[in-house]
Amino acid sequence: MHLAYPAVLSALLFSTGLYGVLARRNAILVLMSVELMLNAVNLNLVAFDVWLSKTAQDTLHSGQALTLFTIAIAAAEIGIGLAIVLAVHRNRGTADIDKLRDTAETDDDSEPDDSGAARPEPAEKAEATA
Amino acid sequence: MTLAAATAMAAHATTTSAASESQGFLSPTGVEIAFLLVGLVTFGAAVVTVTTKQLVHAALWLVVALGGLAVEYLLLTAEFIAWVQVLIYVGSVVVLLLFGLMLTRAPIGRSPDADSGNRWAALTVAIAAAAALVWVVVDAFRTTWIDLDGAAAGSTEVTGASLFQSWVLPFEALSVLLLAALVGAIVLSRKAKANAADAANTATTTSAPSPRNGGTRNHGPRNGGTGNDTPRSDKEGAR
Repeated sequence: MHLAYPAVLSALLFSTGLYGVLARRNAILVLMSVELMLNAVNLNLVAFDVWLSKTAQDTLHSGQALTLFTIAIAAAEIGIGLAIVLAVHRNRGTADIDKLRDTAETDDDSEPDDSGAARPEPAEKAEATA
Repeated sequence: MTLAAATAMAAHATTTSAASESQGFLSPTGVEIAFLLVGLVTFGAAVVTVTTKQLVHAALWLVVALGGLAVEYLLLTAEFIAWVQVLIYVGSVVVLLLFGLMLTRAPIGRSPDADSGNRWAALTVAIAAAAALVWVVVDAFRTTWIDLDGAAAGSTEVTGASLFQSWVLPFEALSVLLLAALVGAIVLSRKAKANAADAANTATTTSAPSPRNGGTRNHGPRNGGTGNDTPRSDKEGAR
């Protein structure tokens, strides 16, 4: 098999995930796009491991071992990420990452109806960033 | 290793250019055709995943993309990785994502604000990255071929032997990381409840809306709705 096939496919999948991370607004859709990017990296690792194991007679199989490690780390990442998203949704009532603008510099004109109920804000901020 | 496989590897390693000439560029093998077709399905499912406006459909198209990648691993003779992919990604990660969508009350049907306003900039960046990566990769590996004949490079025996001979220490460190992630997820969930209880106690004195009510309505606690504030605060205080 030509090595360019899996390499090009993984490059395209990585770019698709990059678009999803940049363009999506829901935090869970951003996590899905991150999973796509990680899978593109996995495909690259597996393809080059198969190539090296036959061409250079590599018996270490570092590509497949790293793929397994990446899958495990992605599972841990999705668990922690969903816990954070659910905590933010519980505190703020939204999982929309465009509305989490507390540390933005120009926050004054974005939410004009915020002055009335702004008093419990510091506790929520500390909780959301903790 | 059999003698024929050894001689084939030696011939392949010594004469790479001859091997690239022996494999015609425009006469793809059956494995390449299958890889190309499954790759098209995978890429299309990935594109639909990042562009659809229905959130649950995005998760279901992600299943198609990840399953297609498992088939690609099988075509690359990495069968253990393929089954791990099916078990972990299709089995648990997508289910976790669907639970996350349900728990954050994702709207069923088309949500018009699924994409943010900078999607054209994101599209420009993604197309530029894709063009650069594809150009570099094709230019670098134009005359490189994977030899898929002979023993499978990624069978369970080979992967297990390399994993438990050469990669034992990272494997054990990874188990510690998974334990830390488990504890971290529990701490994140429980700490939010404790802080919510504290905030609810302060909310009874200042008559501000409780942060726990943020999940029950769509706009969150900062819009000042005090619907079922008091009984929930009493429950929190009694805990």
